[in-house]
Amino acid sequence: MTAEPTFHTRARASLADPQIRANFRNAMDGLMGKRTAAFEGWELEELRTLGAAVRQRALSQLPDLLEQLEANCERNGIRVHWARDGEEACKVITELCQQHQARHVIKGKSMVSEEMELNHHLAGAGIEALESDLGEYIVQLAEETPSHIIMPAIHKNTGEISDLMHAKTGTEPRRDVPYLTSAARQQLRTKFMQADVGISGVNFAVAATGTLCLVENEGNGRLTTTVPPVHIAVTGIEKVVGGLEDVAPLLALLTRSATGQHITTYFNMISGPRPEGHLDGPREVHLVLVDNGRSEIWQDDELLETLRCIRCGACMNHCPVYTRVGGHAYGTTYPGPIGKILMPHLQGLAQTQDLPSASSLCGACGEVCPVKIPIPQLLVRLRREAVDGDKLNPSVVRGHGVKRRRLEALVWRLWAWGHARPALYRFGLALAQRLRFLQPRRLGAWTRHRTAPVLASDSLHARMARRDGGSS
Amino acid sequence: MAKLYPAKPEKVYFFGTCLIDMFYPDAGMAGIRLLEREGIEVIYPQGQTCCGQPAYTSGYHDQSRQVAEAQLDLFPGDWPIVVPSGSCGGMMREHYPQLFAGTARAEQAQAVAERIWELTDFLLHVCQIRLQDLGEPMRVTLHTSCSARREMRVADAGPALLQQLDNVELVEPERATECCGFGGTFAVRHEQVSAAMVSDKVQALSATGAMAFATTDCGCLMNIDGHARKEQQPLSGEHIASFLWRRTHPAAEDSR
Repeated sequence: MTAEPTFHTRARASLADPQIRANFRNAMDGLMGKRTAAFEGWELEELRTLGAAVRQRALSQLPDLLEQLEANCERNGIRVHWARDGEEACKVITELCQQHQARHVIKGKSMVSEEMELNHHLAGAGIEALESDLGEYIVQLAEETPSHIIMPAIHKNTGEISDLMHAKTGTEPRRDVPYLTSAARQQLRTKFMQADVGISGVNFAVAATGTLCLVENEGNGRLTTTVPPVHIAVTGIEKVVGGLEDVAPLLALLTRSATGQHITTYFNMISGPRPEGHLDGPREVHLVLVDNGRSEIWQDDELLETLRCIRCGACMNHCPVYTRVGGHAYGTTYPGPIGKILMPHLQGLAQTQDLPSASSLCGACGEVCPVKIPIPQLLVRLRREAVDGDKLNPSVVRGHGVKRRRLEALVWRLWAWGHARPALYRFGLALAQRLRFLQPRRLGAWTRHRTAPVLASDSLHARMARRDGGSS
Repeated sequence: MAKLYPAKPEKVYFFGTCLIDMFYPDAGMAGIRLLEREGIEVIYPQGQTCCGQPAYTSGYHDQSRQVAEAQLDLFPGDWPIVVPSGSCGGMMREHYPQLFAGTARAEQAQAVAERIWELTDFLLHVCQIRLQDLGEPMRVTLHTSCSARREMRVADAGPALLQQLDNVELVEPERATECCGFGGTFAVRHEQVSAAMVSDKVQALSATGAMAFATTDCGCLMNIDGHARKEQQPLSGEHIASFLWRRTHPAAEDSR
């Protein structure tokens, strides 16, 4: 019988794969360096504080901003649809495609569409969805899922991509990046022209103007949103911001944090379908606003901070765990630190119970987060929820208490009992020191990789007691 | 925002931490002696046990609060509380307020939190210590704990103190800011990932050419030094307080 793969089994497999480890280490080192260079000369702390405030304010006004966004989009000719969950969003999009007898859909990069497994749903309705972001295209050819939210195929090196494209698309087996890129470009260009519908994500949805902002580097986003006769944008409800003035700091933070770019090659601001008499642009633009658990997160003041995320990926680039195990080990749409604090809400703690503990709480993620999400603190919060560990603050997350084990709870109760009674603690410590020749040399997982720490013959307590003459 | 440092006080409380108490009492004694040599009276409350962090990061906040609460009454005077650990210091300074929010102890926890100081930061900036190196020339490297760096924000103190030692050549390892993989129960809950991290850390520290490393936290020390020993690497570590005391005290051998 083979057990269902878990974070542990997948992580172990990645750790044992030198190719995966080298691919991630090299890529993450590069990304960290680029980010640092891009912020040189900037008042980064002030900018992060501003970014956090802009996102926090938008979230505090979320219901109002969403209504404003809907009204202004509709006024601009963008049809707005609401979806309670991924299932409903897929249904809305599939129906829109069917209304236009669409057979071929071209897609720009969208993590929300990954979250709701849109391609799978469309395929079920006989609609072919082709990814046009180069990384997503590669992942789709390989029949895999993205391993990084910004660089979906970062787990593959040039050789692996060359072999894949050779096998699936008949390119020459050359490890030549410009050649491979240009081959993919040729393949995609025809698909853009044939597509009946273009589907994209959204980076910022501006409530005051009804504008959809899209950040990208390859021009595929612009083609997706302008060439096909119908454009469907899909996004989580948390992506809304108040006005255009809010976009400037967030964009400055996003591109620098993500890829170390001062600005991406393309920044699209979509404010409606093709006007009467114009030759360019889609005839119809739709916006699908997906909740999928977000409004539940929104109701808790601490958890709400999760929703500030602008999906830059800096937390994973700087994460020592992600760097070693790679994105697929998490088994979730969003990997890395942001995945660990977001996925438990989307899937429930039962399905994601190993994620909040898979962190040394080193704080590197929180330190680089452009909108100052206190990721380590939220990890501790989810650990608490997973064991129902706080009577004063009852758990609220779906699946809470799933990791509570009687034995572990008992161990902590005993630990607390001993450590809340100083005399007992000192007695226990002195006793252990007397019996230290009995100290086990093997302590499970710890001593498989390290020697056991050696109990000192004399505690600091005892030494100070002797010195102070037991006065304090 | 620049941190404000008070004038050197007459007395301090010393919170030794449970790891030091059990496994590294020399580091605790060294910290206390360094403070005393600066003319400060060190009060060591015998009632102290543990800051409560192990249960806190494991999610057992009721138990963490219970243990933390037992520490709150130990510091009645208005003196700074010095902790030879970024991790335990971070727990007390950053997490006590939230842990006790809404309880009868909230105000007291906040007041204790505000008086917490990490040892190296306190020695450097409050005591303005000047170290006189008495040791033989040697090369050393430093691992600053993540909590000292990112929670207590005192990463400048360790290097500055080591650089005061004339005969010590301090070499920075590659990826100095990366975690060693300890993370408390993380090291056993996620055994393989933690092992990969500490193995890389030992490699990076060894690659500096130093045979010795100092660290601000005994959790990291136990992890890195333990792995180096297990792998029979020549690298060995000690708490930065022990190292500083040993290098600057004439009869250091007696006090080890």
